[in-house]
Amino acid sequence: MARNKEKLVLLLDVGPSMHGVLPEVEKVCSMLVEKKLIFNKDDEVGVVVFGTEETNNELMDEVGGYENIVVLQDIKVVDGDLIDILKKLPRGTVDGDFLDAIVVGMDMLIKKYKGIYKGKKRLCLITNAIHPTKDSLEGSKEDQVGTLAVQMTAQGMKMESIVVRGILSQDANKRIMDENDRLLSIFSKKTRSRTVYVDSPISLLGALKTRRVTPVTVFRGHLELSQQMKIKVWVYKKTQEEKFPTLKKYSEKAPSTSKFATHQVMVDYEYKSVDDSSTVVPPEQRIKGYRYGPQVVPISDAERDAVKFKPEKGVKLLGFTDASNIIRHYYMKDVYLFIAEPGNTRAILAVSAIARAMKEMNKVAILRCVWRQGQQNVVVGVLTPNISQNNKIPDSFYFNVLPFIEDVREYQFPSFNSFPASWLPNEQQQMAADEFVQMLNLAPSGKEEALLPEFTPNPVLERFYHHLELKSKQPDAAVPPLDETLKRITEPDLELDFENKSVLDSLCKHFELKENSKKSARRLLPEKPSGSNGEDGNGNVSDARAVDSIGQEPVVKIEKIGDLTPVQDFEVMMTRRDNPEWVGKAIREMRDKILSLLTNSHGGDNYLVAVECIIALRKGCILEQEPGPYNNLMRYLYRYCQEKEISTFPKLLASMDVTLISKSEAVDSNFTDDEARRFLDKIKPEPKD
Amino acid sequence: MDLDPEDVFKDEEDDPDNEFFQQSESSKEYVVYLVDASPKMFNTTCPGKDQKDEIHFHVSISCIAESLKTQIICRSYDEVAICFFNTREKKNLQDLNGVFVFNVAEREQLDRPTARLIKEFDCIEESFMREIGSQYGIVPGSRENSLYNALWVAQALLRKGSIKTADKRILLFTNEDDPFGSLQGAAKADMTRTTLQRAKDIQDLGISIELLPLIRLDEEFNVSVLYSDLIGLDSEDLAQFIPSAGQKLEDMKDQLRKRMFTKRIIRRITFHIVKGLSIQLNTYALIRPTVPGAITWLDSVTNRPLKIERSLICEDTGSLIQEPPKRFQPYRNENVKFSMDEISEIKRISTGHLRLLGFKPLCCLKDYHNLRPSTFVYPSDQEVVGSSCIFIALHRSMLRLKRFAVAFYGGSSRPQLVALVARDEITTAGGQMEPPGMHMIYLPYSDDIRDAEEIFPDTEDDAPRADKDQIQKAAALIKRIEMKDFSVFQFANPALQRHYAVLQALALEEDDIPETIDETVPDEEGLARPAVVKAIEEFKLSVYGDNYDEENDHLGKEKVGGASRKRKEIAENAAKDYDWADLADNGQILLETLG
Repeated sequence: MARNKEKLVLLLDVGPSMHGVLPEVEKVCSMLVEKKLIFNKDDEVGVVVFGTEETNNELMDEVGGYENIVVLQDIKVVDGDLIDILKKLPRGTVDGDFLDAIVVGMDMLIKKYKGIYKGKKRLCLITNAIHPTKDSLEGSKEDQVGTLAVQMTAQGMKMESIVVRGILSQDANKRIMDENDRLLSIFSKKTRSRTVYVDSPISLLGALKTRRVTPVTVFRGHLELSQQMKIKVWVYKKTQEEKFPTLKKYSEKAPSTSKFATHQVMVDYEYKSVDDSSTVVPPEQRIKGYRYGPQVVPISDAERDAVKFKPEKGVKLLGFTDASNIIRHYYMKDVYLFIAEPGNTRAILAVSAIARAMKEMNKVAILRCVWRQGQQNVVVGVLTPNISQNNKIPDSFYFNVLPFIEDVREYQFPSFNSFPASWLPNEQQQMAADEFVQMLNLAPSGKEEALLPEFTPNPVLERFYHHLELKSKQPDAAVPPLDETLKRITEPDLELDFENKSVLDSLCKHFELKENSKKSARRLLPEKPSGSNGEDGNGNVSDARAVDSIGQEPVVKIEKIGDLTPVQDFEVMMTRRDNPEWVGKAIREMRDKILSLLTNSHGGDNYLVAVECIIALRKGCILEQEPGPYNNLMRYLYRYCQEKEISTFPKLLASMDVTLISKSEAVDSNFTDDEARRFLDKIKPEPKD
Repeated sequence: MDLDPEDVFKDEEDDPDNEFFQQSESSKEYVVYLVDASPKMFNTTCPGKDQKDEIHFHVSISCIAESLKTQIICRSYDEVAICFFNTREKKNLQDLNGVFVFNVAEREQLDRPTARLIKEFDCIEESFMREIGSQYGIVPGSRENSLYNALWVAQALLRKGSIKTADKRILLFTNEDDPFGSLQGAAKADMTRTTLQRAKDIQDLGISIELLPLIRLDEEFNVSVLYSDLIGLDSEDLAQFIPSAGQKLEDMKDQLRKRMFTKRIIRRITFHIVKGLSIQLNTYALIRPTVPGAITWLDSVTNRPLKIERSLICEDTGSLIQEPPKRFQPYRNENVKFSMDEISEIKRISTGHLRLLGFKPLCCLKDYHNLRPSTFVYPSDQEVVGSSCIFIALHRSMLRLKRFAVAFYGGSSRPQLVALVARDEITTAGGQMEPPGMHMIYLPYSDDIRDAEEIFPDTEDDAPRADKDQIQKAAALIKRIEMKDFSVFQFANPALQRHYAVLQALALEEDDIPETIDETVPDEEGLARPAVVKAIEEFKLSVYGDNYDEENDHLGKEKVGGASRKRKEIAENAAKDYDWADLADNGQILLETLG
C-alpha cells in the first residue's frame, strides 16, 4: 500500500505581504489535512514557513544560509496536531525567498525517504512571489532553478505552486514579479509541476486540491475508428461529483464508555406478503416484477439474463459531425477524459492528429461506448478535442454522454415574437439590459476569471469538515456559519455591484415588476399568454374554460375550501399570491376539512375523499416547504385511529404510499426518508392473531 | 421502492431530479384519439421515406401507436380511448352511426394502456377494412352527421372522473378541412351549427379539443372553413396554426408527436437579478435519462406483491433500534456524531432561489463543465407581471453579446453554481426544433474536477505532437467518415427497447420475444467503402508507419491476460516512466500475461 501514500511538504509564505491572505491559507491547508485524516490516513505531511523572523531548518545548520525559514513540523503521518499548527500559522516579519524554501522542502523529502520510497512525493508552495530571490553563488538564477528541476524530476517529486496575485497582493515591483514568474515557469516546463495564479480568496481556497483521489480508469482498450484501425486509449472521469460524505448510523444501545462497542448499526430487510404481514417470504421464493402499464410482469433473473441486451465491450466511432450539430445543453452526465495509452507514442500521435484536425475543422466525433464486459446498456456520446497547452501533456479528448430518443421531451414553447408588444422590451429597456450584461462581467480581460469552476470549492463540504473538526474538540459544537469567503459564491459580489451601480439602477428603473393580483391558475400548468402560437393556443382553451366552469366567472376567487371540490379549492388557494396569508389559510382549512371528513364518516364512506385531501395537502406542503402542519396532522391521525381502533383508514393510507414528508422533500422536516417511510409500517394496525 | 439491488442501468448515477418524472396519479390525462376513417384518409398519401408514399390513415395510426408505447412506459396512469369515425360498422354505447370505439379484452373503453391494446392496435390496419370499414358519414339527403356523432361519443367516453383530477383531451386526426362540403343551404348551415354547439358544450365541460390536421402536398388544410370555430382559434393563432402546406411527412409526424403530450413544470423558481428585481421562472426537464421503472418484488408462488420491512439492529447488543439513529464519522480516533438536523443545517447555505452573479463570454463554458442533464427555464408572468419582459431583454442581450449568465442555485439537495445559456428559437417546417429560453447547466466545483491528464507525463521530454502531415491525413479521414445530418436524438436506447420488448412479450404470454434493432452500431458497410478504407490506411501509415500490425499483435496478447492483477501492475507502473517496447524486450509483458 506504500505506493498509495503521499508525502507532502507545504511551503507557506508567511511574510508581511502575505498576512492578508493567511486566514485563507490556514483554512485551505487545515481542510487538506482534515480530509486526509478521513480519506488518506497514512499520508505524511511536513510544514515549512518562510518569511519568518526566526530560522530553524537543517540546511542552515549543515551548510549555513537559508535564513528566515522555519520547519514548523517535520514530515510525519497526519494527525490532529497538524491541523492545530496549520490553523495558527505564525505571522512573519521579513520578505521570504521561495527558492530557498523549495530547497529546504526538497532536502526534507530526500533525507527522509532517500531512495527507499518510490511513491508520490509532492511539494506545495503558496506564495505571492513578489519579492526578489537571492542571487546564487555560481551561475544565474535560471541555472540554479534548472539544477533544482533536474533534481526534482530525478527524485520523483512533483510541485504545485499557488501564486497569489492581483487584488490579493500589494503593488509590487513588476520586474521582480516577472523574474519570479519566469523562474517558476522553468519548474513547470522541466518538471511535473503546476503553477496556478489566483487573485481572489475564493480561488485561493479552490486552487489547492484538498482531496487526492487516485484516478481509476473507466475503460482501457481500443478506440475503434473502423475494423482496420484501432487506437489504444485509457478513459478516466474528468468530472465527478464529490458527494457529501455518507455517514454511518450510530447505535447508542451499548454504553458509550464500553471499550469494545462498535456502535455500528446493521440494516436488516424482511420481505413480507402485502396481504399477510406475519409471514416472511424467503429469498428463493421472491421474484422481481417489472411494471408495464397496469401490469406487473414477473421475470426471474435467469430469464432476464437469457434475454437481456448484452452488448460487447468496446468503444467504436460512429462518425464525425459539425460541432454545431451538438448543442451544449444536450450533455447528459459528468464528463470523461480519453487519453492515449501512456507511453505509447504512436497512440499519442494518433490522438493528437485527430484532435488537432477536429479542432481545425470544428468537428466532433460521435462514439458508441460499452465500458465493461457485461454492461447492460450502451452509451452514445460526443468526443471533443482537448488540445494541450502544456508541452509535457499529450493532447486528449473529452467525452460527454448524449441523450437517446427516449430521454428527450419535445415540449413546445411560445415564440417570444408571438408575445403581445407590451410583454416585449422596448428600445430603452433593451439598451439597459445590454449594458447590464456587458458590465456585470465576471471574466474581464486582463483579470482572473471570477468563479472559475476549477477554482471554486464546494461551500457545503467546507462547512462539513469545519464542523467535524469543531465537534472533535467539543461534541456539542453548533453548526458554524457558512465561511465568509465562500459565502461570496452564493451571493452577488458587492464590489462588482458597486462599481456598476449606475447600470444596476438603470436596469431597475427601466423594468417594472408587479405582483399579479388576479392570478387564476387552475393548477400547476404552464400559463399561456394570449396570442401564443397554435399549439399553445389550443391548450389555452381547455385551461381558460376549465377555470370558467369552476367559478362561472372569468376570475376565480376561491376563499374557502368547500365540500364539493376540496382538493381543487385547496390547490387554487395555495397558488393565490395576492396575499401571503392564503397558504396558511389553505393549509389550516384543509386540515380541518380532513378531520371533519374522518369524524363524520359513516362506515368509511368519506375515507377516499379524505385520502385525496391528504395527498393534496402533502403535495402543497412540499411545494411550500412547510412540512410541519402535514406531519403533525399525520401523527395526530395515527393516534386518533389507534384510539378509535380504526384500521381501514390506515390501511388505505398505506396502500396509497402516503408517507410523512421527509427531509429530502422539505428541509425543515424532522424525518429522514427511512423514517418517513417507516411511518407507514407504524400506521398499519398490528395483525390480530 | 428504494431497494433495487440490480438496477438495469446500474452505472447510471442517481439523478436528483428524477423524482419529478415519476408520474403520480394526480397529474394524469384522459385522452380520446379520434381518428377520421373516411375514404379520403385512405386515398390521400404523402411521400414518406424511400420515396414510398404513406396514406394518411396509416400516418395517424402509427403516430398513435408510438404515443401509446411512450405512455405505457412514462405515463402509465394516463387513460386512453381510441375511436374511429366515418366507419361502416358502429360500436359505441350510444349506438350512433359511423363511430367505432376500438378496444381489447380486459379493458374498459377509457382505461390505462395495456400490452394487449398496444399489440392489437399495432396490427389494426390488417383487419380494419374487414371489421370496421371506411365510409364517409355525411352525405346529402341524410341527416347523419358522423363528426357530430364522433364528438358525442368522445365526450361520453370522457365522462369518467373529474376535470379537477385529470386533464381531458380529444385529439382529432383528419385530412378533411370541410366535412360538410358536400351539403348545401339550410342542411349545411344546420349541421355546422349543431356540430359547433356540440364542440362548445364539450369545451365548456373542461375538455380540450385539439386538431391534428394531415396535409397533402398540393392542397392547404383550410382551418378557417370549420375547425377554427370548432376548436376556438382566434385570428392571430390561425396564421401560425399550420406552418405550411406541403410539408414533408417526417415533419408532420414530428409535429404530431410533439403535440400529443402536454408539457409539465418541474418547479417555479424566483430569479434574483439584482437587488429589488426578482422575476418568476418555470423550470422544465426537457432532457432526462429514461430508465426502466422500479422493481416490485413478488411472491413467486402467488404473484402477489411483497412489502419490504427494514429494521435497524444494534451490532453490539443485537437489539432493535426504534428511534432514528444519529450518524457518525470516525475522525481523529473517535466517532464524531451528527444529528440529522445538523446535517441538513450544514447543507442549507442559501434560500433556494436562483441568484444572478454575473456574465461570462460563452467560451468560458468548457466541455468538461458538466455534471448532470440541464434544465430548461422559461419566464412566467403568472405571479410577477413583467417577468417575461426582463427575461426576454436579457435573453436577447446574452445572445447578441455571446455571454452566458452565472448564477447560484440554492436548492436543498445540492446548492451549486449554474450557467444559464440563452438559446434562440429554431423552427423548421416541422415546427419548433429548439424552444426559446435558457438552459441551466450545472457547473462542477473544484472538488469535482480531476486532472487525470496530468498524471502521466513523467519524463523530461515533451509529449509527442502530431505533425502537419499526420493532421492533414486525419482531416481527410474526418471528411470521409462524416455524418452530415446527425441529430442528437436519432438513436433509440437499445437496452430500453429490449427491456420493454421482453416485458410486452411476457405480459402477453407470447413465446417469442420480438427482435429489437440496435441502431447504435457503426455503419460497417459505409466504413468498408474503398474511399473510407483508403483514408484510414493513409492516416494509419502516417502515424504508425509499418508497425501498426505489430503493435496490434501485442495488444491482442495483452488482452488474453487481462486480469485485474495486471491492471493493478500497470497502475503501479503508470506513475513511472515506461514504454511498451521496453517492457516487451524485457519479457515483462509475457510475465504479466502468464500471471
